Amino acid sequence: MFDYQKHLDAIDRKAYHEGELQWEEDGYTVTRTNQWSPPGCHDACGVLFYTKDDKLVKVEGDPLSPWANGKLCMRCLNLDEAVNDPTRVKYPMRRAGKRGENKWERISWDEALAEIKEKVTAIKEEYGTQAIVCVHGTGRNVNWQNPIIGHAALQTPNVCMLFFSGNACYTPRTVGAIAPIGDYILVDASQGFEDRYANPDWRPPEVLVVWGNEPIASNADGYMGHWLVNCVQMGTKIISIDPRLTWWGARAEYFLQLRPGTDCALVMAFLHVIIEEDLYDHEFVDCWCAYFDELAETVKDATPEWAAEICWLDPEDIRGAARLYASGNNSAIQWGLAMDQQLSAMQLNLAVSDLIAICGNLDRPGGNTLAHDAFDCSADYDTCSQYLPPETAAKRLNREYGLGMNGHDPIAGANADAVLHAIETGQTANGEPYPIKMVWIQSSNALSCPSWDAPRAYEALNKVDFIVNADPILTPTAVAHADLILPIAMGPERNSVRSWWYPLKSMKKVVDYYEAVSDEELAILMGKTLNPDLFERLGWNSDIDLLNWFLAGADGSRVCARKDADGAEMLEERGCGYTFDGLCEKGGYLYDEWNATYEKYAKGMVRQDGSIGFATISGRVELMPPAYRAWGLHCDVYHTEPTTGPLSTPELMKDYPLILTTGGRSFEFFHSEHRQHPTMREFHPWPKVMINPFDAQKYGIQDGQWIWIENMHGRFRQIAQLTSRVREGVIHAEHAWWFPETEGAEPHLFGTFDSNPNNCIPNFETGDYGIGACAKSGICRVYPYQEGDVMPGEVVTRQGGFGDFEPGVMKGYKTELR
Amino acid sequence: MKGILVNYDMCTGCHSCEVACKKERNLSEGEFGIKLCEVGPYEYRDAHEATGKERWEWTWMPVLTKACNLCEDRVAKGKMPMCVQHCQAWCLQFGEVEDLVGEIDGTYRHALLVR
Repeated sequence: MFDYQKHLDAIDRKAYHEGELQWEEDGYTVTRTNQWSPPGCHDACGVLFYTKDDKLVKVEGDPLSPWANGKLCMRCLNLDEAVNDPTRVKYPMRRAGKRGENKWERISWDEALAEIKEKVTAIKEEYGTQAIVCVHGTGRNVNWQNPIIGHAALQTPNVCMLFFSGNACYTPRTVGAIAPIGDYILVDASQGFEDRYANPDWRPPEVLVVWGNEPIASNADGYMGHWLVNCVQMGTKIISIDPRLTWWGARAEYFLQLRPGTDCALVMAFLHVIIEEDLYDHEFVDCWCAYFDELAETVKDATPEWAAEICWLDPEDIRGAARLYASGNNSAIQWGLAMDQQLSAMQLNLAVSDLIAICGNLDRPGGNTLAHDAFDCSADYDTCSQYLPPETAAKRLNREYGLGMNGHDPIAGANADAVLHAIETGQTANGEPYPIKMVWIQSSNALSCPSWDAPRAYEALNKVDFIVNADPILTPTAVAHADLILPIAMGPERNSVRSWWYPLKSMKKVVDYYEAVSDEELAILMGKTLNPDLFERLGWNSDIDLLNWFLAGADGSRVCARKDADGAEMLEERGCGYTFDGLCEKGGYLYDEWNATYEKYAKGMVRQDGSIGFATISGRVELMPPAYRAWGLHCDVYHTEPTTGPLSTPELMKDYPLILTTGGRSFEFFHSEHRQHPTMREFHPWPKVMINPFDAQKYGIQDGQWIWIENMHGRFRQIAQLTSRVREGVIHAEHAWWFPETEGAEPHLFGTFDSNPNNCIPNFETGDYGIGACAKSGICRVYPYQEGDVMPGEVVTRQGGFGDFEPGVMKGYKTELR
Repeated sequence: MKGILVNYDMCTGCHSCEVACKKERNLSEGEFGIKLCEVGPYEYRDAHEATGKERWEWTWMPVLTKACNLCEDRVAKGKMPMCVQHCQAWCLQFGEVEDLVGEIDGTYRHALLVR
């Protein structure tokens, strides 16, 4: 049924104003652009904004834009409700009552910036600017805009996600791929070509492994999940690896419903079968891989029978799935967040990268292709750190300095556990004084979403003297902790660019909203206020200056390719060759040649010196990468059990007999966003915890009933959804809920603690190298909620918390578990 | 006669059609012009015989309500109906019923919706 060219040919292109960027239609002004931030999204879909009297009235997908072909998700279709939400933050506001009282007074931008300058100056003089922590969220324009504010304006080396132990989102996959392969990898669903599925060089994956994510709901990491549905319509076979039945599992040749947190044992068995049965790509291994014998040695005992016992699977299913993956001439693995949120993260992601490599699925059509940000226009969490005074930069709360652990950080930014420890104690792990006096929180609802131990986060932030929150929404985090709130623009109210991976995209401002500013405008305001000489020197006077800097390459020279497909030198060409206005006029997107080329490693397009091979030390795919060794990691692959569970703490299973996994995405929400939009709540009114009907019967739970989910840490409340999507013994709870329609002031705080699975998840429980967190594989018990039960908001804000941790002690638990 | 052909094997239940329609028809809470009806998920009991992708049943069927007019104003301008334009799973096709019938090739389960 899926015939892309036929679909394109059938579109009445005139009806959709092909070639026009803006036109009048039925009394509206229509603008052709892209949308991603905020509300947040990792993608960038082509949209048609319908505006009237400086107001966004409706949004349509643009069928002529090749990224999404006009096929928007329900959140973007509902963007008018988000943008025109009357509860948005309209002006800078100063706290009027005590923290948590939700009382505010409107102030001017000048007053807000003057107050920030006064506080920052005082902190700088007394403590040094490292006493400031600069916090970002995800999906919105904070990947480089926030580090500019942190490094160049506030001049702190401590930029991070707040209390998000283990860098447990994307970092483990990125590092796990780059160490052996030299570059990051993406499933090739034709997204590198403007003519997409009709491109003659492309073909769909024969076999697609969807592993630890539901891409059609999450659309994570610059990747649109529904692209893969098109591949299935073109014949791609599915292997689904997930504790939950998803759309993929219900259509899979093999649905491996593994125990949460055991993925590394499974991939080891895959490698074992494929090597043992000689199913790997000999030519690719011989020509392009190193350390194959060592890899074979490390998995020689990892039989399907061994893994099956750990993973709760049938060994024959493991064998069959491994054979099927290896059988394809071009197969692909779509990996997701679950790979990062387990203790084995570093080994797991290395092993999956190795699996892709030895089966010859690297950088081939319909395989996992090497990915760069388009045109190498790239800026990351380390942006502008070169402008930090050296003595300040040296005080970054990283693994070594903040936590007292050996080895280099492969990751820019501060370590979340080190930051938590410094806030709790005013010291580094080695006892060096390190007070934290200010936290700048930009587009992160830290209490509701990324903070693993949310009650601990609340207690820690109460110790910080000065907290600024820049956000379009008045969140529970703002009410509980902010002293100043700054209004942030939504997507249609800002100009921006994105290159998360490719193509390059632009976003054009079409309306204003009171005194809200974009993150780029905020960076300029902060820079001009706190470090005017630097911003003057860099020529950064407006948001457009920053966007043009990005389009000219930004920090991308670090990874810049040196040759194009024909071997021509590209050294002189930096950036995309367009300014922001030029990119908008071009239609708002631009494809690059690098990402549209296969087997780049064989064409000298990957290495800095233009030679053949991968961007690793040896030029080969290093299956047991020396980079791991240099970082102080083991390079052999091994499975680590979750901190708690049937194998690690069998005695605890008597009290907490169920495995608790969390974080699966919904179509209606992006993390903690969208809860205040009536249409999204019409579809998804309450937080749902999935429980198998057999377990529900065992524990006396009815469908639709509020139940408590509880473990050694605390408890939270969600509505039971009886479903066979989860197996017996495993429940899945939703994350990031709060209830904007309810009381904002403490103790309720919009109910942010009441349904939060992070009441049950510890900080400081990380995998090898401090990377990976045990967030999706805890244990718990369940029982019905009863009228009058004390709610977690009351416990956390009025009763001193659940008493499950010792502030200042670098452990997630108060008592030893085993 | 115009209609919408549904490949309901491929529907992902993403709700884009429903919201796109609610916006276009300006429908109140609880009202729909197109509404997904979910079947499953359940596992066929004879699972040892029903292997692979035959093992599980889980799909959605969109139903056109009385509020649907197949987007006659949009179609008159040459545009697609809102639900079809935004269907993320590419499982809705709009056109003349005779043409749509020709698209049914036996590979997937289909339903033809008219009103």
